[in-house]
Formats: sequence, C-alpha cells, structure tokens
Amino acid sequence: MLDATDRRLIAATQEGLPLVAEPYRELAERLGLEASDVMMRLERLLAQGAIRRIGAIPNHYALGLTANGMSVWDVPDDEVAEIGARIGALDFVTHCYERPRHLPLWPYNVFAMVHGRTRGEVRAKVAEIAAIVGPAARAHDVLFSTRILKKTGLRIAA
Amino acid sequence: MSPISDPTERAIVNGLQGGFPVAPHPFRIAGAALGLSEGETLEGVRELVASGRLSRFGPLWNAEGLGGGVCLAAMAVPAERFEAVAELVNAHPEVAHNYERTHALNMWFVISAERPERIAEVAAAIEAETGLAVHLMPKTREFFVGFRVEV
Repeated sequence: MLDATDRRLIAATQEGLPLVAEPYRELAERLGLEASDVMMRLERLLAQGAIRRIGAIPNHYALGLTANGMSVWDVPDDEVAEIGARIGALDFVTHCYERPRHLPLWPYNVFAMVHGRTRGEVRAKVAEIAAIVGPAARAHDVLFSTRILKKTGLRIAA
Repeated sequence: MSPISDPTERAIVNGLQGGFPVAPHPFRIAGAALGLSEGETLEGVRELVASGRLSRFGPLWNAEGLGGGVCLAAMAVPAERFEAVAELVNAHPEVAHNYERTHALNMWFVISAERPERIAEVAAAIEAETGLAVHLMPKTREFFVGFRVEV
C-alpha cells in the first residue's frame, strides 16, 4: 500500500510540515520531488486513512489542559454501538473505543478520554456522560494520569 | 494566566486542528477561513509550535492506516517496583506512550509496531522481564469523535 516515496514522505513530516508559505513545495525540494507529486500523495494518504488529519496537533499540557481522565464504562455488549456513538458525539471526548474486559480485574468495555483544566472539570464532564448513558452503565470509573512516563511520536523508518 | 490569550492564536488552535489544505499556498486559504492573513496565520503557527503549545503542525499519521499495529496495554505494578518496571517497559522502542494512572492497573502504555504481530512479542518480552502480567486492550471498535480541543 505504501511505496518507498510514501515512506520518505512520512519520515520527512513526522516532526511536522515546514512552516513556510509553500510547505509542500519546500517538502518536495527536500525530497527531490515535484510539489504536485507531494500534494497528490498526501491527498491519497488522507483518503486511505493513513493520515487522520492535517493541522495543529495540540499539546494538551502546554495548553493548560493538564487534567486527563480516562473514563471507563461497563455497558451491555449489545448496547455498545449505540452508547459509544452517543459518547463520541460529545465535544469534550477526544477518543472513544470499545475494548475487551479483563475480568475480574477490569470489568469495563468502553473507554472515553476526557481532557480538562482541572480534575473537577473532568469529573463534571464524566457526570454528563453518566447522565447520557443512564442505567445501561453498570459501573464506571475515571483514571487520571498522575505522570507521563514516556511520550514519543510515531516512528517510521524512511 | 491562560496559556492562550492572543485571539489569533486561539483562532488557530480552535480552527485548525484538521482540514489544513493541500494546496500551493495553504496558509493563505486556511487563514482566510479564520479571518487572518497568510502572514498572520504562518507567524501564529510558528509561535505556537516554538513555544510548545502545539506538539507540531502537519499530518497526523495513523499507524494502523499505515499497516502497522497499535495496542493499549495495562499492568498492575507494585508501588515499590514502579520505577524499575517503568524503566524496563520504556526501554522497548515500540512503547510509544506510558502513563501512570490512578487504579490498581497503574501503568498504561501504548505498544506501536510496524508489524502487528510484534505487539504480542513485545508484551511477552515485558512479562518475562518483569514477572508481571501485561493486559492487552486492543480496540475492538472505534467511535467517531470530534477531535477538537477548545482553548
């Protein structure tokens, strides 16, 4: 699905685009390609889903959103699709996934990431989710991150 | 006190988390939609990246869309071994993010690999090195989310 040039393009943009008026032309010059080729490839990779989006990648901590709560929910398997769609539609939820339970340690099957300025703000947002999910949520919890132990971007060798 | 006080910067952070045009002069087009000139937009993005408030500006690559594998994993690590175990886990280049969290499962990390089979190998290696169970939590379904963070 990816050719060697795509891989070079990925490697060249992992730290971001060149911040100049014509970033795709600059990128093309660095890679020895035509700007039109770079743009065509990016359009194709976007359409294929290899690129989720192009734009500003926020640093939540530096933007003051220092409270990061992973809310987790135990909902009936046959209601996951409907409930997941409702949770995902909330504008403060940045990721929402179904994942397997690990009983008895871990009864939760829906994960929704909530960011806020304070833990109180995150808890208030989690309460909003709880109100929307209603009694279908047999249990829920919020896991706050207390420390970043490691954070690196995606690494793809050229 | 807010990390964003400048209206130009706020417009960029709130309005440009996706949809940056693939065109010869993308900052001109993106800026016009935000009521900013090409120069203001470019300067604003540079300043936000330079100050670290944006991690970067550009494509957000999707490891799975590239044919690779990504998997969340969790471990219950005894408090007295936490630092040593974090060091063993982080030493694997496939471990991309690792967070300490408030739960009996207190270490949560993402294993990211170009070959999806590699995920189970890395998890097994961590179990062998630490003597602790690694609970893999692959996503079985992803729900659509609006990706925006408002500042």
